[in-house]
Amino acid sequence: MNFTELLMYSYSTIAILSALAVISSINPIHSVLFLILVFVNASALLILLEAEFLAITLIIIYVGAIAVLFPFVVMMLNIKIVISNFNILRYIPIGAIISIVFIIELLLIVERNLPHSSDVSINNSHNQEVIQWIYSINYVSNIEAIGNIIYTYYYDLFIISGFILLVAMIGAISLTLHINQNIKRQQIFFQVYE
Amino acid sequence: MLIYLLNNVVKILTIIVLLLLTVAYLTLAERKILAAIQLRKGPNVVGIYGVLQPLADGLKLLLKEMILPSRANLIIFTIAPIITFSLSLIGWAVIPLNYNVVIADLNIGILYIFAVSSLGVYGIIMSGWASNSKYAFLGSLRSTAQMISYEVSIGLIIISVLLCSGSLNLTTIVLAQQYIWYIVPLFPLFILFFISILAETNRPPFDLPEAEGELVAGYYVEYSAMGFALFSLGENASIILMSSVCTVLFLGGWLSPFYFIPSVLSFTMKVLFIVILFILVRAAYPRYRYDQLMRLGWKVFLPISLAWVIFIAGMLISFDIV
Repeated sequence: MNFTELLMYSYSTIAILSALAVISSINPIHSVLFLILVFVNASALLILLEAEFLAITLIIIYVGAIAVLFPFVVMMLNIKIVISNFNILRYIPIGAIISIVFIIELLLIVERNLPHSSDVSINNSHNQEVIQWIYSINYVSNIEAIGNIIYTYYYDLFIISGFILLVAMIGAISLTLHINQNIKRQQIFFQVYE
Repeated sequence: MLIYLLNNVVKILTIIVLLLLTVAYLTLAERKILAAIQLRKGPNVVGIYGVLQPLADGLKLLLKEMILPSRANLIIFTIAPIITFSLSLIGWAVIPLNYNVVIADLNIGILYIFAVSSLGVYGIIMSGWASNSKYAFLGSLRSTAQMISYEVSIGLIIISVLLCSGSLNLTTIVLAQQYIWYIVPLFPLFILFFISILAETNRPPFDLPEAEGELVAGYYVEYSAMGFALFSLGENASIILMSSVCTVLFLGGWLSPFYFIPSVLSFTMKVLFIVILFILVRAAYPRYRYDQLMRLGWKVFLPISLAWVIFIAGMLISFDIV
């Protein structure tokens, strides 16, 4: 096992253990910190896959912006740390069904890209096209590759995702904004100008 | 393999040792320059002209008793200054000191520095919360909100510079300034960037979260000895890091303005120019109140930097340079 494989296994292991710690830790701040560890390990796995722009963007946006807001909320709400008698045995059957469904989906996707023994035979040598991804890479940088298609072929998805973020922002503001007419506010422009 | 590791370790140790010396003497330089502006002498007792003062400060901080608050969350309390200091050091991996004199010539260098400064918020959140004290908590919340507000305008200004230079690689950005430094066409952006990095590193006039009078030193009030030393070293190291990023983006990195100045001296002089500007701004201006600070970040800097991005993109397309 060379160094890259060792790194990949260690990052995956720490990510899975941290994800388990997120849901099982008592203190909510510890849960948030373990979630940040999951994000950082996922970004490290992306760097091993040579998608460095996506990895750094994951850190900037998820860890640097979104996960910052979680501790804000956790610290403001006075969450009492409750150790409850959580009977785990009642939830094992339904959990097993859902996890088996997910594992089957994952295995189907992995199996499609693996070479089969039916691909290699004397008579039908072009029976199934096994896509060798390594030969179809065009060596542009990450950002050029994303930029070339996201603004031309997939522009509608790009604009729609912008609208989704705008709607989320307007929704949050409209739920929480109370403009109180009675308090005096500073009008910086008029105070400085005159 | 071993030679490769040794090579990298020597490079990293060089940067870290020299950086720590610089940070230590930056504390002395700040006190002497502030004193000169205020018509008094700074520390001049310990060595000739006070040269051994940082040594005395470091020794004191090493030997002080480390106080752990009783109901604080000790793991997070201890990790917070470690994270702050480590992140200030990590950002130095991509700064080019000369052509090909850089530890890691990443193709996404600027984005790496931006990610490191985004992660720097966590040291502050964790230290404020783990201290189990109201002053520290309020100070850390204010400081966090201030840092994430000014990161937005830093990101947009970086985008404007990247539009002009065409790559995220820091060496390419410096080489793109061969004919003219970016401070000349993008002078307003240089001023905006300078003010944003003042706010990002919690320096005066944006230092309300760590003000002595208002919040009793804010988020690091419960730290003594090594924790405080790590926080102040981390803050000074991030001052120098942001000054270097400002130099690389706007002042032309290692490119020397006159033919007789060698490149390394040129880079050093430019970084020192901006660091001394930080210290001068501290002496000259009163402190911003917190709501004025947030208003500045969101209602003034964000629209201006966004407008500059669109303006520069439009100019580049209309002159057919893209």
